[in-house]
Amino acid sequence: MNWVGANRDLIVELTLTHARLSLLPILIGFVVAVPLGAFAWRFRWARGLTLTVVGLLYTIPSLALFVLLPPIIGISFLSELNVTIALSIYAVALMTRSATEALESVDPDVRGAASAMGYSGWGRFWAVDLPLAGPVLLAGLRVVSVSTVSLVTVGVLVGSRNLGYLFLNGLQRGIVAEIATGIVMTVLIAVVFDLLLATAGRLVMPWTRGAGAGAGRTRRAARRVALTEGPT
Amino acid sequence: MNLFQDALAWLTDPERSSGPNPLVDRIGEHLWYTVLALVVSALIAIPLGYLIGHTGRGRQLAVLGSGAARALPSLGLLTIFTLLVGVGNAQVAAIAVFVILGVPSILAGAYAGVEAVDRTVVDAARAMGMTETQILFRVEAPLGLPLLLGGLRSAALQIIATAVLAAYVGLGGLGIYIQRGISLRTYDEMLGGAILIVLLALAVDAVFAIGEWVARRAIGSGPTRSRPHPDRTEPLTTDQQSTLEEIR
Repeated sequence: MNWVGANRDLIVELTLTHARLSLLPILIGFVVAVPLGAFAWRFRWARGLTLTVVGLLYTIPSLALFVLLPPIIGISFLSELNVTIALSIYAVALMTRSATEALESVDPDVRGAASAMGYSGWGRFWAVDLPLAGPVLLAGLRVVSVSTVSLVTVGVLVGSRNLGYLFLNGLQRGIVAEIATGIVMTVLIAVVFDLLLATAGRLVMPWTRGAGAGAGRTRRAARRVALTEGPT
Repeated sequence: MNLFQDALAWLTDPERSSGPNPLVDRIGEHLWYTVLALVVSALIAIPLGYLIGHTGRGRQLAVLGSGAARALPSLGLLTIFTLLVGVGNAQVAAIAVFVILGVPSILAGAYAGVEAVDRTVVDAARAMGMTETQILFRVEAPLGLPLLLGGLRSAALQIIATAVLAAYVGLGGLGIYIQRGISLRTYDEMLGGAILIVLLALAVDAVFAIGEWVARRAIGSGPTRSRPHPDRTEPLTTDQQSTLEEIR
């Protein structure tokens, strides 16, 4: 524990940088993937294509993507942008699949009822489909958040400065406490982000606390997303 | 795009089969780590997942486990385990890490596969006089096979991706080209290695995709991942009702 005491400033600095680096990909993932997922859900022909493309993108191992991306988009290997763009790609890929599942978890009878009450396509999407898909969307976003925070560490291998630095430095110098600190702080950021998202979800979707009629269906879909979508 | 031409030239250079770092050896190493870790993870995770799925107990364990595994940074685990067991035993450390990262996906796949089986089917099997073991192995396991394969698929990809990092603790695998390429600034080697890794991941993914497709066809209209009966409202099962009560 001496190491932690002697390096408090470094730990705080790396933790803050790490949190900052994680934020943008998570945000981009949500903003880009929800319309993309809605598109894939709405149009059958686009569905297979979209889901296949995001599935393939998600298959690429992170370090390989960090190396392949710079020459493709024409930036420096050491650019911070590299890691941000790569992680945004993962976030979009993961979230698009969740968004499609989320919209599909909406009970067709409820949608039918909304149409019968006079909702048109666009209005129904905002007032009925999207809010009801909310819990599953949130489950997907939480997966994206946790895996992004953990993937940022791999960026250290292409020169990004984050908590992953403690892993490499700790390995070279043989300090177990240093690596352990890196792991603990990474998990801590993930937990804090997750709590923030869960709280935000409760504030935005107060109805999820009391379970309505469609809750079983949505809950199962949310659990499936939370369980089976995984990082590579 | 010139860099990519260099990478292709590097990949096709005869030196790659005769030099000090032959491609075939590295690919073999990478696949060997993956298969070994996948088998060990499956031996641990499938029985546990079936148990959770069949009894409905310990569901929290499955959810928490997969969440926790996502939060753990693989590079951190790899470096700390290597230090703890000593660099000489890095292989043992690496396999242990791959297994830790592989188990949750398979556990989730096995559990979700069993859970996704229509409860009326299970009840029908029970009414026909099947024992619980028969229900698990003759009804739930075959019907849940596509989801189990899905779990194995993401575990395999996770292990392949983590095995790329193994080069940094002195193990071979395909990551070695990226590692050398970055430190020596030999971009052709680094890109060539990255391309190989992506091809390997896509190939393994394709094998599992075909497996899932075959399994789906074999069981007819079993539980699918993304299409829960679009035009049928499912009544709440007792299982779901108890879940509802839990959260109230």
